[in-house]
Amino acid sequence: MVRFFVVFLVLISNAYAAIDTYEFKDKSKEHRFHDLSADMRCPKCQNQNLADSNAAIAQDLKQKIYLMLEADKTDTEIVDYMVARYGDFVLYEPRFNAQNAVLWLGPIVLLVLGLLMVIWLTRSRNKAKQDNKSIPELDAKQQQQLQDVLNKDNKV
Amino acid sequence: MPRVLLFIPLVLFITLSFFLWKGLSIDPRALPSALIDKPFPDFKVEALLQSERFLTKADIVGRPVLVNVWATWCPSCRQEHEQLLRMAQESKIKIIGLNYKDERQAATQWLQQLGNPYAFNIYDEAGMLGLDLGVYGAPETYLLDAQGVVRHRHIGVITEQTWLDIQLLIESLGVNK
Repeated sequence: MVRFFVVFLVLISNAYAAIDTYEFKDKSKEHRFHDLSADMRCPKCQNQNLADSNAAIAQDLKQKIYLMLEADKTDTEIVDYMVARYGDFVLYEPRFNAQNAVLWLGPIVLLVLGLLMVIWLTRSRNKAKQDNKSIPELDAKQQQQLQDVLNKDNKV
Repeated sequence: MPRVLLFIPLVLFITLSFFLWKGLSIDPRALPSALIDKPFPDFKVEALLQSERFLTKADIVGRPVLVNVWATWCPSCRQEHEQLLRMAQESKIKIIGLNYKDERQAATQWLQQLGNPYAFNIYDEAGMLGLDLGVYGAPETYLLDAQGVVRHRHIGVITEQTWLDIQLLIESLGVNK
């Protein structure tokens, strides 16, 4: 168990070693570098972000982010630069556009449809209840008959 | 409840099956190029075989060309090299090499030993032109029209079949092979 834990720690430290090779004078830039490289996907390895990937292209992109940060570019400029070259694919948090509008809006549309369905169902149920109430009240004689029937049941 | 509503589950099932079935034939590695129908990036990079000569975008526009991204560290590039040589022989279209993140000596040796299908080679040592192109590995091949606009991107080895497909595209750009 202890051995497993040690191996685990070693693996973790390796994973972070890839990040720490860049030296920043400004701590806030370092923070932005980590955020940016964590939010962008490595084009070569599909399901890893740039921070976790050691693929050659991921290293190049990290280098580029580093250089752009040092050149005082804004986050938006850096992200736009990457998207212009690698498409929306590089973003782990996709932007809203015509192509993925269905994915963004679909859940809202379904939610509204569901709410409408619930409203419609409760209304029709209420209406049915009201229809029940509109059955005329029993007159004295019918009340008597009802009581008789109920009493008979009780005796049995 | 109207009887028609009973068909909703069936319709849902058919729709879902259709999308799942469609998903089987999609290649998750094939990324659309962000540069399709956009101009090839501007550059000024050394030529591979003549280090004193600088190549620019002016060298690749004027007629449709293929730009082939390759490197000696890339085994698939060796695999497609024969095909490139055949293409250079049988077609009028120029193939321009983009030697990507490679060593000049190794690349020069490669061309001497295996043959040179390229009109000329751009020596992109740092991979920064590759980055501007959206290259994420080698081999990749781009078809540019006479204005230097990227028309098609092929990722991976060029086979006999992909060459046939590319030829159709070249013909549509108005170059007889």
